[in-house]
Amino acid sequence: MPSVVPVARPGAPQPQARRLPALLWPVLALALLLAFNGLFTAGFFQILVRDGHLYGSLIDLLNRAAPIMLCALGMTLVIATAGVDLSVGAVMAIAGSVAAYLLIGHGVPLHAAIVLTLAACLVAGLWNGTLVAVCGVQPIVATLVLMVAGRGIAQLITGGQIPLFDTAAPAFGFIGRGHFALLPFSITIVAGVLGVAALLTRRTALGLFIESVGNSESASRYAGVSARLVKLFAYGFCGLCAGVAGLIAASNIMGADANQSGLYMELDAILAVVIGGTSLTGGRFSLVGAVVGALVIQALNLTIVRRNVQPEYNQVVKAVVVLILCLLQSAHGRTLARRGLAYLCRRLWSLVARLRGLGERRATA
Amino acid sequence: MTLLARKHVPLAATVGVCALLYTGAALRFDGFFSWRVGVDLLADNAVLGLAAIGVTFVILSGGIDLSMGAVIGCTSIVLAELITRCGLHPLCAMLLLLTLGAGFGAGMGTIIHLFRLPPFLVTLAGMFLARGVGLVISQESVHIQHPLYQAVSDFGANTFPGTSLRILPAPALVFLAVLLVAMYVAHYTRFGRNVYAVGGSEASALLMGLPVGRTKVGVYALSGLCSALAGIVHTLYTSSGSAAEAGKLLELDAIAAVVIGGTLLSGGVGYVFGTLVGVLIFGIIQTAITFEGTLDSWWTRIAVGVLLLAFILMQRLVQSRARGRA
Repeated sequence: MPSVVPVARPGAPQPQARRLPALLWPVLALALLLAFNGLFTAGFFQILVRDGHLYGSLIDLLNRAAPIMLCALGMTLVIATAGVDLSVGAVMAIAGSVAAYLLIGHGVPLHAAIVLTLAACLVAGLWNGTLVAVCGVQPIVATLVLMVAGRGIAQLITGGQIPLFDTAAPAFGFIGRGHFALLPFSITIVAGVLGVAALLTRRTALGLFIESVGNSESASRYAGVSARLVKLFAYGFCGLCAGVAGLIAASNIMGADANQSGLYMELDAILAVVIGGTSLTGGRFSLVGAVVGALVIQALNLTIVRRNVQPEYNQVVKAVVVLILCLLQSAHGRTLARRGLAYLCRRLWSLVARLRGLGERRATA
Repeated sequence: MTLLARKHVPLAATVGVCALLYTGAALRFDGFFSWRVGVDLLADNAVLGLAAIGVTFVILSGGIDLSMGAVIGCTSIVLAELITRCGLHPLCAMLLLLTLGAGFGAGMGTIIHLFRLPPFLVTLAGMFLARGVGLVISQESVHIQHPLYQAVSDFGANTFPGTSLRILPAPALVFLAVLLVAMYVAHYTRFGRNVYAVGGSEASALLMGLPVGRTKVGVYALSGLCSALAGIVHTLYTSSGSAAEAGKLLELDAIAAVVIGGTLLSGGVGYVFGTLVGVLIFGIIQTAITFEGTLDSWWTRIAVGVLLLAFILMQRLVQSRARGRA
């Protein structure tokens, strides 16, 4: 995608120094959005304990953001290898449909059904990975195939209907609606996936491999890193995350809607990753940033709904946010912004000086 | 194989698949091989085709545009509102919208070029923006009633004098006219050669002294113009504008049609004519599935996905073989 690849990043301690402000901006944006809501919505920060569960707007926010957070986590690793996965929305739809097929159509026990569904999503992710890593197809194109065909496959599995889980598998609702140790179960899932991903990428060499492949595939190959395996892992993990997100989404509405489940999720997920400070050119990633980015998006959605703004403005606001973030991410944009700011300051200063001069002259006159 | 033949392999394969599909469908279904179905094929896919022509240029220049569907939706609703609520003459409104569409595309192109941002992201933002603005204007679909629209739809019902053959309706005519113009622009103008050069290698184009920035902005402006035109054709085709429904997920189908048409997504290689064939393949599959009756509409998506995969893999093969010889 990018025409200019960043070549060398001199100095080892620089990434450490840069990571802090990279995470600072999304956290600041989230805090601003939350503070705005807190000001205008009474009891926004209130968290109640009822029947041993936590209730409140903030908990609701976390719960609703779970699918975006999961997809963004998977997407982070894919983008870190300088790729992109456009099929997460379609894989979410497939997950719901496969779960419905197994649970409603064939009465498979819940645990087995979940394992089989996730296996199907892993296969979908590995399929993307194979196209990218083995066949060498551009990531956008390779994942476009599943994005186009995926919803068709999901509808094929459900026969074009929206099967409901209510009677066949009432226990399925626990994934999206249940509670586990005070918190909604979906939040526990996100925390678990985040923990596993962080452990894998920050406590083993895998994270380093992913970043090196994203920086330069040929250089890492010469260094003995199998770019093929690393990419397969990233896409497989992304498929798995999308599968879990699809299960949560299906469990939330207790139905498998192949048309609506995860619609435009790929865009939200990519946006969350970008907001979180992961560079789209690859080679550098922040898992926590992706989670915060997903929360920013969900908080934005929430703010728009709470303020009784037409939900249609949601997309306009998102567009502006994406654009500003893009401009801030590009070095050229930052330079221009700095120059513009400096220019404004100079003009302001000269204006002040002139006004002062005018005042002095009037005083002497 | 000579160099020329290798260059034409993807296009030849596309034409072959299209002919095969058409012959197969014509043998399987009575009445498929008819003037009527042919005319419908062009008219039904005119909106998709126009957007695909625009994005062909973008892809040839090595970029990507995701905003087509949203621009179509936005254009159709703005046009409907301008005519019904503001009482503007349709031709005036169309001219205004074409200008706006081109300006919108040029804006995205400028941002992409000036700030060296990935086109994928910028046009994604453009998609959100256009779709959002359209929905803010009106969420319901708006019916257009105007003498001009009546005349256009009456015109499409005419037959060729002395025969029972239906003449081409307005959407099909616009599609074919734009196709011819686009082929001329791509292959016989300086701008067209610049597009191929930039797509082949931006650095070389720059070193050759070609106006890279102007070409890139122009390509996105062209795509915006084509999308706006597609939105206008959509209102001619359905006599209504709708921000939510018009052009929904069309950007995917258009890109798929371009790839099936033999254009490489890495830029620099491909033909506008291939895009026509790609769109026709898309239309034939859809029509055949309607003819079949027992198959459901989602088979279209699966079939397009499979075709897309086959063509991508074939392109890889051709590319790697070409590299192996070089």
